[in-house]
Order: sequence, then C-alpha cells, then structure tokens
Amino acid sequence: MNHGRRILWTRVAFIAGLVGLLEALCRLHVIKPLTMIAPSQMVQELIALAWSGELAEPALQTFIEVGASFLFSVTVGGALGAVVHALPRVRRTLDPLLASWYAVPFFVFYPLLVALLGLNVLPLIAIGVVFATPAMMLSTLAGLDRVPRVMHKVARVHRLSQLQEVRLITLPSAAPHLFTGLKLSFAYSFIGIIAGEFILSGGGLGYGISYAYESFETPKMYALMLFVLLIALVANGVLHVWDRRLARRRGLA
Amino acid sequence: MPTRKAADAHAVLRGVTRIYPGGTPVHALGPIDLDLAQGEFFSVVGPSGCGKSTLLDVLSGLSPPTEGSVSFEGKTVAGQVPEGIGVVFQEDASLPWLTVRDNVAFGLRHAGTDSAEVDRRVSYAIGFMGLQDFTGAYPSQLSGGMRQRVCIARTLVLQPRLILLDEPFGALDQQTRLLMGDELLRLWRETDATVLLITHALDEAALLSDRVGVMSARPGRFIDLVETSWARERDSRIVSDPAFGTVTGRLWAALRPESMKAIGRPQP
Amino acid sequence: MSRLTFNRFADSLILVVAILAVWVGLHAYAGDSAISAPATTFAFAGRLLVQPSFWTHVAATMEAFALAFAISAAGGVALGLVLGVRRFAGDVAEPILGSLYTIPKVTLYPLMLLVFGLGMSAKVAFGVIHGVIPIMLFTIAAVRNIPPVLLRTARALRLAPVKTATSVLVPAAMPEVVTGLRVGFALTLLGVLIGEMFASQRGLGFLIINGINNHDVRMTTAVTLLVVIFAVAANSLLLAFDRRVHHG
Ligand SMILES: Nc1ncnc2c1ncn2[C@@H]1O[C@H](COP(=O)(O)OP(=O)(O)OP(=O)(O)O)[C@@H](O)[C@H]1O
Ligand SMILES: [Mg+2]
Repeated sequence: MNHGRRILWTRVAFIAGLVGLLEALCRLHVIKPLTMIAPSQMVQELIALAWSGELAEPALQTFIEVGASFLFSVTVGGALGAVVHALPRVRRTLDPLLASWYAVPFFVFYPLLVALLGLNVLPLIAIGVVFATPAMMLSTLAGLDRVPRVMHKVARVHRLSQLQEVRLITLPSAAPHLFTGLKLSFAYSFIGIIAGEFILSGGGLGYGISYAYESFETPKMYALMLFVLLIALVANGVLHVWDRRLARRRGLA
Repeated sequence: MPTRKAADAHAVLRGVTRIYPGGTPVHALGPIDLDLAQGEFFSVVGPSGCGKSTLLDVLSGLSPPTEGSVSFEGKTVAGQVPEGIGVVFQEDASLPWLTVRDNVAFGLRHAGTDSAEVDRRVSYAIGFMGLQDFTGAYPSQLSGGMRQRVCIARTLVLQPRLILLDEPFGALDQQTRLLMGDELLRLWRETDATVLLITHALDEAALLSDRVGVMSARPGRFIDLVETSWARERDSRIVSDPAFGTVTGRLWAALRPESMKAIGRPQP
Repeated sequence: MSRLTFNRFADSLILVVAILAVWVGLHAYAGDSAISAPATTFAFAGRLLVQPSFWTHVAATMEAFALAFAISAAGGVALGLVLGVRRFAGDVAEPILGSLYTIPKVTLYPLMLLVFGLGMSAKVAFGVIHGVIPIMLFTIAAVRNIPPVLLRTARALRLAPVKTATSVLVPAAMPEVVTGLRVGFALTLLGVLIGEMFASQRGLGFLIINGINNHDVRMTTAVTLLVVIFAVAANSLLLAFDRRVHHG
C-alpha cells in the first residue's frame, strides 16, 4: 500500500472510529437523547427529510446564495486584486484596511445589511461577498507578487501581446495562489451565508437549524447540521482533489 | 550554409549607458561601445554586480539604454525584442506548469509554426541538450542545471541569429560545464549564429570565445578586449594548449583589481 | 516630516475619510432606523465609555475572551507542534482540520448550549472552536517549513534536544506561529462575541443583540464601532509584532 493510500485510510478509520464512539455513547445514553441523537439516527432523519421534500427548498436557497456570492467574490475580488496590484499607491492606502479586514467581527453588521437591503436573499449574498471578496483579492495580490520578474522578460523575448502574456505566463504562474483564493472564497461565502441565515432568520439551511432548535425538533436540527457538515466535507474534498491535480501538473505531488 | 562575413557588424552599441531610476539612481552600465561581428563568439567577464545582465537587457531590447543607441542587423533596437534574438536568462526561467517538451515548444507554438515543424525542431533541440529521457517531466523534477538546459533548448528552437546567454552553466559542475561548452561551440558552428556569452568563469571565456570583453566594476565598462585567435573547429581540449594559459592569465590580470574593488578592497 | 512619511499620512487620512464618507452615505440612504450617523455614534460611544455599567459588560467580554484565547493559543500551539513533528499524524489530520475550519460554526451553537448551558463556559467554548483550528494549522505549517539543514546543523553542533528546541526549533518556527496567533486572536474574539449574542445576558455581543431587539440603533452602532476599533487596534499591534519577528 503506498504512502498516500495509507494516510487516506488512516484518516477514514479515524473518522469512522470517532463516529462509532459517538454512536455508542448515544446508544448507551451516556449522551442524553435530548442533547444529541446518534449519528445513525441523524442519517435516517436526513434521508427522511430529503424524501419528504422538506429539504429541497432551504437547500436550494442556500446553494443559490453561496453560488452567487462565490462567483461574485471570485470575479470582483480577482479583478480588484489585479487593478490594485498595478497601482502601488492605492495598494499602500488599502493595506491597513485589508490587513484588519478579518479582525472585524462582521456578524455585528448583519442587522445593518438587512436595514439596507431588506430581508431577502440579497443581504445574505452581500454578507458572503463582504466576507469572501477580500480573501480573493489578497490571494490575487499574493499570486501576482510571486510571479518571478524573469517571467515578464520571457514574455517579451517571445514578443507576446499583453493579453497573451496574461493568459500564457501570468495566470498559470499565479495559479496556485489564485486557487487558494478560490478555496477561501468558497469557505467564507459558505460560513458567512449560513451564519447570516441563522442569525437573521433569513431562510435557507441556517434558518432551518435555528428554527428546529427553537421548536425543540432536535432530530431535525441534527439532520440539518449533518447536511451542512456533509456539504463542507464534499466541497473540501473536491477542492482538495483538484488542488492535488494542479500540483501534479507541476510535478509536485 | 550561408558564408560567414566576419567583417559585418551584426549588433552595434554606441555610447550606451544604463541608469536605473529611483530614490538613489544606480548607474549600472557604460558608457559602452561594442561591435559584435557576424558569426562571432564573444564572451563578457566582469566582477559581480558590474552590469553584465544589464548589458544583456539593453542589447536585447528588454530595457532601453539611458543614453546611446543599440542596433541589430542595421535596425535600431527600441521598445521590443527584435525577431532573430534569442535570450537565455541568468535566473531559472523554465515555466513550472509545462513539461520539458511543452517548455521547449513554447516559443514556436506562439509564433504560429505548423505542428509537424514544431515537433521536428523540438525533438532535435531536446536531443541536442541531452534531455530526451525527460520530455514528460516538469521543471520541479529536474536539477538546476537541467532546467537551464531546458531554457537553452527553448531558445534554440527559435533558430536565433544572435544568441545571448547569461551565465547559462552557472548551476553545473566543472566537468559538465566543459562538455556543455563543447556543445555550445558545436551549436555555434552549426547555426552560424553570433553568440554573446556572459560568464563568471575565466577559463570558460578563454576557451570558448573569439574575443573576450573584460568589464570594470560598476558602472561596467570594457577595460580590455582580448582576442584569442582559436580555430573555428575547437573544443575543450584547448585547455592543454599553452596559449590557453596565456589568455586566461591576461584576463585575470585585467580583472583582479576590478574584482577587488567589487568586494570593497581597493588596491593599495 | 519627510515626503514619504507625509505621503503615508495623507494616504491613511484618505482611507479614514473614505470610510466616514461611506458611513454618512449609508446613513443618508437607510436612515436612523438602520444606522446612526457618525457624529451621533461617536457622542453616544463617548457617553458609554464613562458609564460603569458599560464597563461590567466590557469586563465580561474580556474575561471570556482572555480565557478562550489562552485555551486556543496553548492548545493550538501544543497540538500543532505535535502534528507538525509527527509527519504522518499531521498528514492524516490536516484535511480534517481544513474541513472543520470551513464549517459555519454558528450552526453548532445549539449543541454548545445543550452541552455547556447558558453563560460563561458556552461563550468560552464558542471562542475556542473558532480560534483553535487556525492556530493549529499555522503551527503545523511553521514546524514543517523549518529547513532540514537547520536541524542537521544543530546535530553537527551536538546540541542537546532541549537546546535544539529552544535555540533552533522555536526561533525558526516562531514567525509563522505568531501569524497564526494573530489570526486566532481575531477569530476567538469573533467567536466570543457570537456566543454572547446568543448564549449570554452580559457582554458586548449581548449589548449589540439587545440593541437590535429593542430597536436601539444608537446602542448597536456605537458598540459595534467600539468593538471594531478594539479589534483593528489589537490587530495592528499584533501585525507590527508579526512583521518584526518575520524580519528580525
Ligand atoms: N531593476 C534594477 N533596479 C535598480 N538597480 C538594479 C536593477 N537591476 C540591477 N540593478 C543594479 O545594477 C547593478 C548591475 O546589475 P546586474 O544585474 O547587471 O549585474 P551583473 O553583472 O549581472 O551581476 P551578477 O554577476 O551578480 O549577475 C547592480 O549594482 C544592481 O544592484
Ligand atoms: Mg547578472
């Protein structure tokens, strides 16, 4: 068995062990059913929820919001990063703002966004965007900073046009950092939006969880939490695999 | 094969200086006058930081001279790198996201050469640089010296008439260096190109070149031009020729005081 | 004042003015029911700062935050060191930690409440689940990025293991760990505030959510402003420190 496989299987075994332990603790009532239901029950509940069609609507809302926020952050954040990279003075001015962006607890602005945009999906998407765009911007800046200076010379020696240089040299050279930007944009869109739904009662999966909690529907609450967890896992898994493929394309994996 | 006309100036620098602008402007180069004869093998030696790479940038059109003019094949070089000049940089300039083969083909593909011709030339250049076992490898899987060979092959396939090389063998051991020098000589003879080679190694300059320019400490100027008068058919076995010692000795005599200046120890 | 520092100063001034302009614009657009105007907010914040009752809320937040950050920092660095040194365990753990980092942790709040009940421990727990993972991830990276040649140098100098740790490993890993602590600091604060918004009757987070519930816009905006000023100030200090250890 090769090294990568061993790591993967150890990871799977570790998670399975944890889940098994949790299952046993719940089944033996060491953890009270009112506190947490067993993982197997969560799965059953989730399947039942999906089957009854109750899951579709909130899930769809959350997907649309996260998708919109992700696309917007990546394009706008990437473009802003490129523009700011070309303007050192603007960059210096924005530097303190960007450096303390993630130190600001943004959740405190949620009520304000609702007041500004109304209680619909827009403030939720806006929250995701506010959270995710600077990450993409910072990653783009980092990526462009790390394009070796000699690469520009290579482009000139081959007499590439500006557009060709961006496409054939700059973008592939900055790709690893841009990819990090994609990952962070997704994660921050997801976190910001679910939290927004939760705090603002704005519909979607986040609101589903808080509603189930407040109406003492513990099983349903855990089913939805499991679903959110699964989305995070699947998305991370996909990005991880893609990342590895990218690294392999540079002979690094 | 076109006949060699040693008398024709292939590239000409007249009164060239280069000052890097900035808070404290750096006078890096010149003034320099230089005529590279058609088909000549010219080497540049000089102390660290004296402006050798700057000379290469200006000659190739990558950066403009602050004063003076540069021309290649009778046309003024300004603003862009003219067709017919190939450059191998001092830094590793292999493209990490492309395989060796795609790296070497890079320039041709974007010059719109037809694919059969690309294949033929790329295979030849890869074989010439001894990379045939690594065509599918990525630069991160190669040693520094091999990456530099990839960059040389990438320049070679474009069949440049003037080849500028900036310390191309810097990452190689002495033995491989000598053999790569032989390959470079073979390339030079076969293509009839004009070669300008920047190097740290005096023996390399002495054995490969028709002429060696010795540069002063920054701002770099030519303080000596040494003619070797080797036959065109030559290889690294020249090292046992007594004349080789004489040439190398002359280079070092000119360079020693400048090198001492460059490390901050002026001659008494 | 040299030209350069003057330029820097001018740039910062432009930034502050721009932020205030956005604020005024938002206020003009959305009105007093959504956000209070800058002048009103600063005046109200000034009055808050001289009220003893406000300081009991600050103390509550700071107590929870200090505890949560201490736990996050100690736990995150210790676990990170172990997972960094033990390569296999680190490889197994890293994607799991990455996934945990992506989970919207607010959704765990019912679970936290069920486990810890209302009050201090829930707030602290909330801070810790936000802060500990990034600190761990940065520490793992810090240990892994130590150039192997440094360890071989230590062996060549025949340093004792303790000496190797104190004079080679720690200084080499330090800069990255400090970056991790800075990120962890911000996220722990965020976690504690969220905890207070839902699981507490005291603290700044509670004041914000209470202001929302009572439609006391001035209170919400003023406390938000103070929290942001605190977070940005603390982050700037840590950033300055961070840059020092990275260069020196
Ligand atoms: N872009 C730049 N801006 C300002 N100064 C520069 C720049 N590039 C080079 N210099 C300065 O110009 C001088 C000459 O640099 P150059 O790279 O041409 O030297 P070199 O002879 O190639 O050195 P080496 O032998 O180390 O390669 C150096 O003092 C260097 O610091
Ligand atoms: Mg150089």
